[in-house]
Amino acid sequence: MQNQTNTPREVAIQITGLKKQYKLGQIGGGTLTADLQSWWSRVRGKEDPNVKIGTDTRLFGKTFMALNGVDLTVYKGEALGIIGRNGAGKSTMLKVLSRITAPTEGEIRLNGRVASMLEVGTGFNQEMTGRENIYMNGAILGMTKAEVDAKLDQIIEFSECGDFIDTPVKRYSSGMFVKLAFAVAAHLDSEIMVMDEVLAVGDMKFQQKCLGKMSDVAGQEGRTVLYVSHNMSTIRQLCTRCVVLDQGRVIFEGDVEQAIAVYMDTTDVNVVHYDLDDVGRMNVGAGQRFRLQSLDFVDKESSVYADTEKVRVRIQWFVTEPFAGIHMKMNLHFRDSSPVGITHPVNLGAAEPGRTYTTTFEFDPSLLGEGQYFFYLDIFDGDMRTAVCLDKPVTEFRFEVTSADLTMPEWAAGWGRIHFPPVKLIKDSI
Amino acid sequence: MTTQNSQNWTTVIRPKTGWFDIDTGELWRYRDLVVMFVKRNFTVLYKQTILGPLWILLNPLLTTLIFNIVFGGIASMPTDGVPSFLFYMAGNTVWTFFAGCVNGTANTFVTNAGLFGKVYFPRLTMPVSQVLTSLINFLIQLAMFACFWVYFAIAQPGSVHITLWAVTLPLLVLQVMLLGLGVGIIVSSLTTKYRDLAIAVTFGVQLWMYATPVVYSMGSLSESPRLAKLVALNPMTAPVELFRAALLGHGTFTAGMLAFSVIATVVLLLLGVVLFSRVEKTFMDTV
Repeated sequence: MQNQTNTPREVAIQITGLKKQYKLGQIGGGTLTADLQSWWSRVRGKEDPNVKIGTDTRLFGKTFMALNGVDLTVYKGEALGIIGRNGAGKSTMLKVLSRITAPTEGEIRLNGRVASMLEVGTGFNQEMTGRENIYMNGAILGMTKAEVDAKLDQIIEFSECGDFIDTPVKRYSSGMFVKLAFAVAAHLDSEIMVMDEVLAVGDMKFQQKCLGKMSDVAGQEGRTVLYVSHNMSTIRQLCTRCVVLDQGRVIFEGDVEQAIAVYMDTTDVNVVHYDLDDVGRMNVGAGQRFRLQSLDFVDKESSVYADTEKVRVRIQWFVTEPFAGIHMKMNLHFRDSSPVGITHPVNLGAAEPGRTYTTTFEFDPSLLGEGQYFFYLDIFDGDMRTAVCLDKPVTEFRFEVTSADLTMPEWAAGWGRIHFPPVKLIKDSI
Repeated sequence: MTTQNSQNWTTVIRPKTGWFDIDTGELWRYRDLVVMFVKRNFTVLYKQTILGPLWILLNPLLTTLIFNIVFGGIASMPTDGVPSFLFYMAGNTVWTFFAGCVNGTANTFVTNAGLFGKVYFPRLTMPVSQVLTSLINFLIQLAMFACFWVYFAIAQPGSVHITLWAVTLPLLVLQVMLLGLGVGIIVSSLTTKYRDLAIAVTFGVQLWMYATPVVYSMGSLSESPRLAKLVALNPMTAPVELFRAALLGHGTFTAGMLAFSVIATVVLLLLGVVLFSRVEKTFMDTV
């Protein structure tokens, strides 16, 4: 930034008018016969036999712009952060940049080779040894054998897998697997590195090592890093500049802190403090004898949680008459309002009027599949069967769960919302 | 903040435009990847098997034996006076090569969707490495064929002889490989939308074998000229007959058949490359 006035900086990536369009609804029937069937019934004006009953077909054939005219210039040696809420177009942009899918309109000019790390361990083969996989992965990411040869020792050392390098990777722990995969990608010679939240893995120590390596790549080696993440602290640590995407457009470009502030305003999960004094209640009488005043997601800038984290919430409340015991449960819903479940009631303890109470509680989201959720707080008197509602604000407390488990594929719509732990194998006695 | 239009860009990403949009230079830069894929194909296929790479020989050997018993023994079909075992093995060796090329490449997009969705490399490296894997298998099987050839040449002198056509063998191998690649990538491009083809292809290749003089010879069709004409329209007919003519001394083909086969190969390959380059850029949105 400082030498901008003296010499024009070298451009690494120039994006002009980039658009990517997707069709809504199912594309094709999947088989030739299904397509022919659909076509034949359309011709006769009959109902399509391949459309699920009750499906809203009005949106079919309509299009959706995942990227809607993005213009962006990235300079050499920059570490550019890309943030935005889910569906803002971040991943689509990375996919187009790394040439996985072609844009619908517009152009990207690249100065240098692009290495994309949209997933660590892409192309790793379970049967092959660590060493073989280094060559394989390197080749997939665009390195020649000679280049891998030259860096092999560095890669093995960085991966901390030296003792197991000639063991098939199917015997590796998931942590070792990730370390090895990251090591290969971090030692690529490409001038532009594109990364999609790959740092959210491995232990803390290794994460810091990866971030350090990435900073070196951008700062000292003069390469360009594009980094997408929901984790604002890694964005702060790594990036020198930041863009905010919303609905397929760049809505902010510049300073990292300002960008984070802008992002917080766009997202559903930006609110971490709720004032409940003036909001409506679910039923008449609620909020009279007992009143929730506020709710906070503790120590968070956004209520996005990895499924390995705990959702920590603090509430403030008061009572207008003495209580021997007050019960609370959470009513959990998916973002589309479909109910997910409730928590078992917990006793907040006895309370006296005239003072304000603060209660902090923890919720474990590890059973929830990836996605955005909200909960209502339900405060009641007595046990569940004879419960009398004391307070239930209409506010939806929103939070998002992301998966920290790289071995899981993206959460599919048909899986419901609950991610149970694996079944337990019982040894059969013979 | 000057926009440097004069700058030399390494890559420019645009919406798909041209019909023939394959960057062969790039494919060459990724040659190490092709080698890695070929190695992987072998490692993965024979890991945790008892006989390992021996299967490369066992497969054609058993097939030849069965052909020999069913078509040579039971149906006693004529083999142009060539020892029937060598006759079937010759046909089967060429056909296995071709079938391997087609079957290996036909599922390129569907089986690699996960990989293709995460990282870019020239997609053609995948089918090319499959075809090269088939080529190595073929060369190993050719060596086995040579052993049997020597045995029959000594045991039954005069029953087989190499002709001048043998000079064309390298070209023949290349042609069969390109034909297999062409057909394979056409199928793989279409399977991104229509999965039926993936099922149809294994079956189709099997049927195709019977339209090719593998278990019979063109010479034996001389009494039914209409059938002969039909078989001659198969681009694989000329290569199989040429292979036999070169190494066994008996094969029936005309210059017209050869020319047709070569033209068909070129057309199918070009069509395949065009389809493939259309599909590779956007298949992630439809697969």
